[in-house]
This record gives sequence, structure tokens and C-alpha cells, in this order.
Amino acid sequence: MVSLTINGKTQQFDVPDDMPLLWVIRDIAGLTGTKFGCGMAQCGACTVHVDGAPLRACVMPVGAAAGKSITTIEGLSADASHPVQRAWAELDVVQCGYCQSGQIMSAVALLKVKPAPTDADIDAALSGNICRCGTYQRVRAAVHRAAELVKDSGQT
Amino acid sequence: MKTSTDSSRRDFLRTTALGGGALVVSFFVPGAHRLAQAAAEPAAASLAPNAFLRIGADDRITVLLAHSEMGQGIWTALPMLIAEELDADWSRISVEHAPAAPDYFAMGMPMQFTGGSMSTWTEFERYRQAGATARALLIQAAAKQFGVKAAACRTENGSVIAGDKHARYGELVGTAAKLTAPKTVALKDPRDWKLIGKPTRRLDTPEKIDGRAKFGMDVQFEGLLTAVVARSPVFGGSVTSFDASAAKQVPGVRDVVQVPSGIAVVADHFWAAKRGRDALRIEWNLGPNASLDSASLREEYAKYAGSEGTVASQAGDATAALSKAARRVEAEYAVPYLAHAPMEPLNCTVKIGKDLCEVWTGTQFQTLEQATAARITGLKPEQVRIHTMFLGGGFGRRATPTSDFVSEAVEVAKAAGKPVKTVWTREDDIRGGYYRPAFVHKVEVGLDEAGQPVAWQHRIVGQSILGGTPFAMMIKNGVDATSVEGVADSPYVKDIADHRVDLHSPETGVPVLWLRSVGHSHTGFVMESLIDELAHAAGKDPVAFRQGLLRKHARHLGVLNLAAEKAGWGTPLPAGRARGIAVHESFASYAAQVAEISVENGAIRVHRVTCAIDCGIAVNPAGIAAQMESGVVFGLSAALFGRIEFKQGRVQESNYHDYRVLRMNQMPQIDVHIVPSTDKPGGIGEVGVPPIAAALANALFALTGQRQRELPLRATS
Repeated sequence: MVSLTINGKTQQFDVPDDMPLLWVIRDIAGLTGTKFGCGMAQCGACTVHVDGAPLRACVMPVGAAAGKSITTIEGLSADASHPVQRAWAELDVVQCGYCQSGQIMSAVALLKVKPAPTDADIDAALSGNICRCGTYQRVRAAVHRAAELVKDSGQT
Repeated sequence: MKTSTDSSRRDFLRTTALGGGALVVSFFVPGAHRLAQAAAEPAAASLAPNAFLRIGADDRITVLLAHSEMGQGIWTALPMLIAEELDADWSRISVEHAPAAPDYFAMGMPMQFTGGSMSTWTEFERYRQAGATARALLIQAAAKQFGVKAAACRTENGSVIAGDKHARYGELVGTAAKLTAPKTVALKDPRDWKLIGKPTRRLDTPEKIDGRAKFGMDVQFEGLLTAVVARSPVFGGSVTSFDASAAKQVPGVRDVVQVPSGIAVVADHFWAAKRGRDALRIEWNLGPNASLDSASLREEYAKYAGSEGTVASQAGDATAALSKAARRVEAEYAVPYLAHAPMEPLNCTVKIGKDLCEVWTGTQFQTLEQATAARITGLKPEQVRIHTMFLGGGFGRRATPTSDFVSEAVEVAKAAGKPVKTVWTREDDIRGGYYRPAFVHKVEVGLDEAGQPVAWQHRIVGQSILGGTPFAMMIKNGVDATSVEGVADSPYVKDIADHRVDLHSPETGVPVLWLRSVGHSHTGFVMESLIDELAHAAGKDPVAFRQGLLRKHARHLGVLNLAAEKAGWGTPLPAGRARGIAVHESFASYAAQVAEISVENGAIRVHRVTCAIDCGIAVNPAGIAAQMESGVVFGLSAALFGRIEFKQGRVQESNYHDYRVLRMNQMPQIDVHIVPSTDKPGGIGEVGVPPIAAALANALFALTGQRQRELPLRATS
């Protein structure tokens, strides 16, 4: 039994300790917003926050997340009102959309530690998130826009 | 004598399908009766005047997409066509993928599919007509309700208005549903368009930024199991024997079944299925491709390039003209196999019942998947329900003529006797085939004293995509047009009195498929690199040289000049930087790109790409800009990194660390400029891809003086 707090809700999961957190989130907890892309921390589609830090859930054994607090895309806001989500909508970032949960979770984590990120900060924080549709230019612009929205609202 | 291959796929498909009935079909808006059966509409009052929309009493307008949304933006562009003619309230539009049904066959084609950058332009009449028909019915209903003549009514933002009388569309659906829809309705004068041409934000954004959007991978329901399949490590191999005893010991594994493609481990969830597969012991008969090797194939292709192939396009006497030319330029170009590598690995969910088979997947080929599932289950096609999910990228990989990932999933569900979702790992996806074929081009160009081309002989070697598929009937006179498009119909080539384009289509055992921009993905690189070579051979500026050759081709010239101007062509650059340009027509649209590059730390650094696009009427300029950015990035990944290689029959690449694609830190600034146009719409989804590799190679030549004729490009300085 592994105890996880996902999006504020604490649950017990009867799964092996070495099962990657991603598959517990998707196949057991039924939260499918977090995506499977590569299975080896190469693409970032599975990015979630574990105790606030962005991590690739596809390579994190669930045992290592026991007792920790996990935030997925579904837990970011109740109504897509998080500044990063608002910036994403404003700048029409998405295309196929499959990588965007991961992009957004990486961006949110970046803004927590760098409220006014430079392009180099964005490169460093988001180069682990692949987008085959090539939305990088809009992702970059949306991160800058989200930083403005955070600043304006005083929200973090 | 002049033979010419009709290598524009647009014309190709048009003339192939349904005996040229496209014009008739384009004004035929099928009725809703079959849709009602297929979609099982709730009984609430609604108006469904045709298969493409329904209007609810709550004013909600639901648009049914005959094509699949895979990022290219038709979830927005097609509703815009309906909303324009319907004078709909844009905020009340919602969108669904249509079921698989003949009503949604692509224009002039006997199948429902998404490809060829065709969705918007082929639906430009049908979807506007669908909206206009609904509007006419609502006006008739309002006229009846108001007690006025239809001519006294006008429509605005989801309402019918006559004098001081006013009714929302939702209030009229009950009355309108009892009326007979007119067969054809006049469409708006383009001057009256409010929505078409207006940059419009995507309608699928809300569900794609909060985790709600459902891709095939996300299908879950009570009783659904997950399968991971072990396939032959060599294409064409088969199972000799297998031992599943260890796999069955893995907690969560429910069953191990043999299917035509290999051994499937069926489990409660992905992780158990994956661990179960790892525990399988399988003896493979590797079959005839066990010695397949990229280097040998390359040599074999070079040999083919030395002998005449099947003529794809010919005029005059290229051989004689070459022998008389003042100068000759000879070059051999090569491109490797490429994997599509969409972000969402392949997957497919199947539930088989007594008289119904349901399939949930992201597919570009609904009709073929439906027929395949019917064949395997023994049901009739109409007993197979295809639920098209959002596609986590397609790029052609989800349009397999063999229905590979769907047929396998149906086989697994059938063998397991339970609903099953098959999930491919990234390694399965990269190694699972259906690659853009490798190609070699050997070209000889004869020049006159002024350096102008006067003879062109062009040989192409590479596997046929259409050969051996249900589309093989599209191969004409031995030539698969998708192998030669972009060369056989190139304005540079066709304007030369003496030219010859020929083709070898060897078979190798590697499964191949269209990849975003298909033949243009290599012909754009080869043609625009060659033209650059000729410009330098003639001592001319690459833009000025192209302007001369393209003087009779206004739309090529338009994008060429716009891209050059916006990129500041000819203006000084910082030390260590250089520009390259390329222009290419594909899918009835025209794109030119200028790449500005440097070489830093042994790697090519792309700083800026300036893109000009002429796609005729720009239905959604916002979507067009996004697709150009997307095409450039896709093309950059191929140009800088893309290569699938074989050794001893095995694919060497496996995941994103060794099949690299562009990342954020490598992203250039991309500026897109759209040529204003009243020409009929062309394609968008693929058109941004073809020029970029050549623009890059040409910039590299300008920077280093070295001409690279193979992809991916290497950083030399």
C-alpha cells in the first residue's frame, strides 16, 4: 500500500513500489491529463509536481513518492484560471495538445522559483519538454505573459 | 513527345475518385438520417438539417467534423465555415468528431480521412453550404412564426430578426425541424464575410490546458484491460515459439495471446502489461530482412541511380541537350528513413460485442479502420463504430493503408475475448516502422553560357508509398506520384524544353508511409538546394537567380519576394551568420523561407526563420501562422537530427535521446507573413515543411562554402 496525496486528496494505492508514478496517476487514479510520451524522462509529457518540484512521473517509482503531495494538471486550478493557463489560452499555444500538460506544469514550476524568467531561464526549464507540433515560440511567449499576469494579480 | 505525371496529389485524388464526380458532390450536403442512427442523439428538440451540424433548443450549435483534429486546427477552421454562413453566435459553437459514416467521406473520395493538407479547402464549399442551409431553414421558421415573408428576415449573431421581431436560433429549432431543407442555397459574397479571414483562437484550447481533452491513450472504462505487444525485432519476422510462463507470473497480467503481429500481454494496466512483455521468452523467425543494412541500401540506391528508371516527366531530349550544354552541374542527394514520432505513442481501444464492435483511437483513416475491424470480427462495416479521439500528433503515422495499429488491437481484443487497449511504448513507436522512405536523387543540369539551365535530367530512387496498398491503383504508368511530386511538376523543370525525370522504386522490406509533406519532404530539399548550387555556379545572387527562373510563376515569386524583403535579404549580418532561402509549392499553396544561421560549439544554430505563405484565401490567419511555425519546426527536426538506420535488420534508434527532435533551447524566432489573396484556399498543414531543409543547407553553404547534399545536415565550419 502506498499513500499519495494527489491534488489535495489522500488515497491508498495497492501497487508495487517500483511502479512508475505516472501509471498510478493514469491507470489507477484515473487522471489522464498527465501524459505518457517516452517512459525515460526524455520528453516531459508526464511532468507533475511532487511537493512542489517538477518531476518526470514516468521514471519516478511510486514508492519514492509515498506520503508526498502530488499536483497534476487537473489540480492546477478548478476553472483553468491559473495565470499560466490563462496565458496559454491568450496566446493560442496548443496544437495537438498532447505535450501541453507537461509544458504547463514545467512553466508553473519555473515561475514559482523565477517569477520574471529570462529566455535563458525558459530554455533551461523547458528544454526537457518536447513538442512535435513545434509550439515552442508560443510556449516561450506564454511563459513571459504568465509572469506578467502573476505580477499583476499578486498570485503565485 | 511529352509525357507528364500528374504529381499534384490534389488533382490526382480528384480525378481518381468517383469518376470525376467532385463538382456534383461538392454541392451535395447529405442528410442527417444516417447520422441520427450513428450518433444516437438525445431526444431533446434540435435541428439537424444535415450531417455537419445540429442546433439545440439551448442555442448550442454542434459542428461535426468529417476530419480528425491532430493539431492542425480544423477544430476551429471548419466551424468557422459553418458559423460564417449561419451567422452563428461564435460563443455557442461546440465541436465533435463525426462518427465513421459515408456522409463524411472526403469530397470526391470513397473514404473518410484526414491528409494531404486537404481538410479546409475540400470542405470550403460543403461546410459553408451546410451552414447556409441551416440558416435558410431558420429564416423560414422565423417567417412562419413572425407571420412575415422570409425576405423580410435577416440573421445576426445567432438570431433571426424581422423589424421589431426577434428569435434566437434555439427558439426556432422546433419549427425549423419540420421544414424541408432547400437543396442549394446561395453563399455570401466574400465581401460580407465576418469570420472567414479573421484571426480566430482555437476552440479546443480550454480542454487542452486543463487535462480534460481525451486522446486515444486516455480512453478508460470499467473492464478495460491494457495490452503491450511483443513484435518481431526485424520487419517481416514471425514467432517460432514462445514461453509465457514468467509473464503470467507478473501481478496484474491476465492473459497472453498470440496475434498475427506477435505476442500480446494483456493486463490490468500498462505497467503490468509492459513488465509481462519484458518477461516473455520468444523465438523469432527473423525472415528475409535480417541482414537489412542502411549503408548497403545506400550503395544499392546509388547503383540504381546509374541506370534509367521509369519516366515520370519528359519533354524534348534531355540527353542531347546535356551533351550540347556549355557547362554541366552534377549532384547526388540523399535523405534517410524518418519516423513520425508523434508525442502520443500509438494506441487503440477495442470492445467487441455480438453485433457491435467499438473502436476508440486517434486515426486519420476512419473508413479503412472500420473495414478492417469488420473483416477481423466478421461484422458488417456499419456494425463497427469508430470513436475518433483527439490525435496526439498524426503527421501521417495515423493514416496507415494497412490499418496496422488498429488491426492489431482488434486481433488482441478478439483473442483475449475482452475489451482491450493496446499501447505502444516509445521504443515500439520509433522501431515499429512505416517510415518516410529513404531517397537518393541523381541530377545532371546543363547550363548555357549565362549559367541558365537548358537541360535537366533527374533520377529518383526510393520505395513507393502506395505500392502494395489499397491505393496502388493510383500508381500510373509505374510511377508513384508521391515519390516525384515537387520535381516532376517543378516549375524550374517544366520550363526547360529538354528535361527528363525518372524513377526507381526498389522494394526493401521496410514498411514506408507518408510523412508530413510526403514527397515534398525530400524534393523540396533537393530542388531548392540544386537551384542554389546553380545560382552560385552562375555567380548570381540566390534570390535574383530564382526571380529570373520563376518570372512566369507569380505566386512563387510573390512568396519569394515577400520572404526576402521581410528577412532583410542582402542586408549585413553579424559576423559568423549567414542566410539561405528556399521556395516551394506543395498542396496547392506556396511557401518561401529564409533561415539565418551560425555554427556554434560544433552545432548548427538557427536564429531566425522568415516565412512567407500564399495559401489563397486565408480562412483562419491565426491557424495558418501556427501551422507555418509547426511545419518549420518539424522540418528543422528532420534537417538537423532525423535519421532511422538499420543494422542487421534492426532499427538502431529507439527513443527521443537517439531519435532527436528540436527542443526549446534550439528554437529559432519564426516570423510568418501571409500573402493577401482571393484565390481559392490551398493546404496549410504540410506546406511549411518542404523549404526549410534547403533554406538551412543554403545558409550553411553561404556560411562555410561547403555544399551538403545529405540529411541530416552536419555542422562544419
